[in-house]
Amino acid sequence: MNVQLKSQRTAPAKRRLGIADCDIHPVPRRGEKDLHPWLAGQWRERLHLFGARRRLGMAAGPAYPKGQPNASRRDAYPPEGGRQGSSLSFMQKQHLDANGVVLGILNPLFSGEGFTDPELSAAMCHAVNEWQRAEWTGKDGRLKASVVVPYENAPAAAAEIRHWAGHQDFVQVLLLSRTAEPLGNRRYWPIYEAAAEARLPVSMHAFGYGGAPITSTGWPSYYVEEMTGHAQSCQAGLCSMLIEGIFERFPELRVIMVEAGFAWAPALAWRLDKAWKTLRAETPHLKQLPSEYMRRHVWWTTQPMEEPEPREHLLDTIGWMGWDRLLFATDYPHWDFDDPAHALPLRVSEEERDAFFLGNARAVYGVAE
Amino acid sequence: MSAPGGIDCDIHPSVPGIDALLPYMPEPWREIVQMRGVDELNPISYPARSPLTARPDWRPERGKPAATLEQIRRECLDPFGSEIAVCNSLYGVQLLFSEDMAAAFARALNDWMAAELLDREPRLRASIVVPLQNVEFAVDEIERCAADPRFVQILVLASGDHPLGKRMYWPLYAAAERHKLPVGIHAGSNYHNPPTAAGWPSYYTEDYVAQAQAFQSQLTSLICEGVFNRYPDLKVVLLESGWTWLPAHLWRLTKYWRGLRMEIPWVDRSPADIVRSNVRLSLQPTDAPPDAAGLARILEHLQSDELLLFSTDYPHWQFSGTDAIPAGLPADLVRKIKCDNPRATYARLTEPVR
Repeated sequence: MNVQLKSQRTAPAKRRLGIADCDIHPVPRRGEKDLHPWLAGQWRERLHLFGARRRLGMAAGPAYPKGQPNASRRDAYPPEGGRQGSSLSFMQKQHLDANGVVLGILNPLFSGEGFTDPELSAAMCHAVNEWQRAEWTGKDGRLKASVVVPYENAPAAAAEIRHWAGHQDFVQVLLLSRTAEPLGNRRYWPIYEAAAEARLPVSMHAFGYGGAPITSTGWPSYYVEEMTGHAQSCQAGLCSMLIEGIFERFPELRVIMVEAGFAWAPALAWRLDKAWKTLRAETPHLKQLPSEYMRRHVWWTTQPMEEPEPREHLLDTIGWMGWDRLLFATDYPHWDFDDPAHALPLRVSEEERDAFFLGNARAVYGVAE
Repeated sequence: MSAPGGIDCDIHPSVPGIDALLPYMPEPWREIVQMRGVDELNPISYPARSPLTARPDWRPERGKPAATLEQIRRECLDPFGSEIAVCNSLYGVQLLFSEDMAAAFARALNDWMAAELLDREPRLRASIVVPLQNVEFAVDEIERCAADPRFVQILVLASGDHPLGKRMYWPLYAAAERHKLPVGIHAGSNYHNPPTAAGWPSYYTEDYVAQAQAFQSQLTSLICEGVFNRYPDLKVVLLESGWTWLPAHLWRLTKYWRGLRMEIPWVDRSPADIVRSNVRLSLQPTDAPPDAAGLARILEHLQSDELLLFSTDYPHWQFSGTDAIPAGLPADLVRKIKCDNPRATYARLTEPVR
């Protein structure tokens, strides 16, 4: 294989391509107060008295302190104050307009997902969905929302999905990867049933609050290990979906892996196929190789995009996965933002570049120009 | 078809049964095993009748696979023509919760290995099984066994109580470096933690596939905690890891090391460099793409021909016939995998055993 690296760092000036950003993180400026219009008194009181309980020890802030405040870019604080990602007008100026984002997918991580209280989780998720519509997608047509759901309370999650089904501002269901049980488990199937019915893809975003250590060998020491470890936890969640047979049960279901990188996918597919061929007596509900389900039902957002040296090794990886599988994402306003001007410093065809930056996202999310 | 000769770095003799260890146990442990009715220490990592646990042609009509020296010679040493094979016992002493019992059983297991296999077959070497439930006991066991040059490695499981880089384990690495013993990390878990970050999967298939993620986590831990900075001569061998996940994992880890190295300033080289100098991986299973050209690309992504060590993973079912080396590899790479790389990794293989 002979691939030339581009000598220019930026995209050619002749044509400025509009891009999709499939992982944007909005936060409410005043925290839960901004959700009060959609949160009944009993939930406001419960939050006030007991706080948001998740399966982690710290009441506020992570036990692995981030690399910088809110894990976000220091240059992303809005001029009017508030956390990074809390101002639509500043997001428009700093990111959407500046980077030519024509389709932005909102993945709110400040939500009720992963709360241990099943009813509070449902109430908060619903409020966050209303907030996304009122404060973001209703004000900027480039932005599309994710249905956040109380996934540990699957019947309530399914009801929330059905509530928004058919609403053009909502283009996917958002799950986190670190759930109480692996995501292929039957307890989560009502979510997939509702998503398939609503023709919404289900995304599995790295992070979460399942309570188990992020490794199979206990809790590591450092934030860098936690961040690296999201790829392992997402691999486990994806394996569970594949091996439990959700794509046999819901043949229309589409799954998007978000913020876990993607270069691990080919080796995982080879390993799954090899193991499954030997062990298939255990899972007769699977009618195809695990890699075949993966090839048809699974997509990956690109960030944090792996950076091999030499970079063209990544072309092998993408070739194994398929150029139609990748959805460009920046993770704005988080610190490990992948800049669209520098994210793909490889000589690839115009067709591949268009698919990578925009076409695949339009197809998966069903958002036409 | 691979040429004969070479060093098989991962085979798994079976302990015929817990009774076989009794002669190697002092009282009160012998009495405790009998009085309390201690069961076989067979972990769920390798269910006895699962197809992967033993190849059909290596599964005897009676008894366990790889349980006698005759089986090992007939099915493994002779057909593959190995000069040397390293025995990695997967008998589950790591699963016990009692530190004292684990230490006693590990001693018995290592003594059984020396007397029943190493004393009787000069082609065999073994790894020291350590009771990592208590690091002090583990180091004691290394010190006890290290006098015997036929023990060439320290063996731990891919999933244990804590990530292996953590400082509590560093006495193990000091002992390993002192005695020129690589630390072999083998697929498997003591199941003291759930097998995935989202808890327990439903199927064995997932558990086995998840071993690759366990290796990834351990590699992250060993590198980030600075084990190889403190013990630069230490060699770590990832056994039965599948290995083709390595390049993509290093791309990710290196990217985050660049972004967050202020948190771990002692890591003064890129993770990829550290792996090339200190980490090795056994060949089987090779979780390869379906075509030889794809495998060649993955080998290129490794950016080193010194990382892979020949293994059959006998009696586990990873390939058929004697095709332990994937087709299409260049002859000089095959030679390195079979001979040069194992000898460069296992310092004790070049020392006389008597």
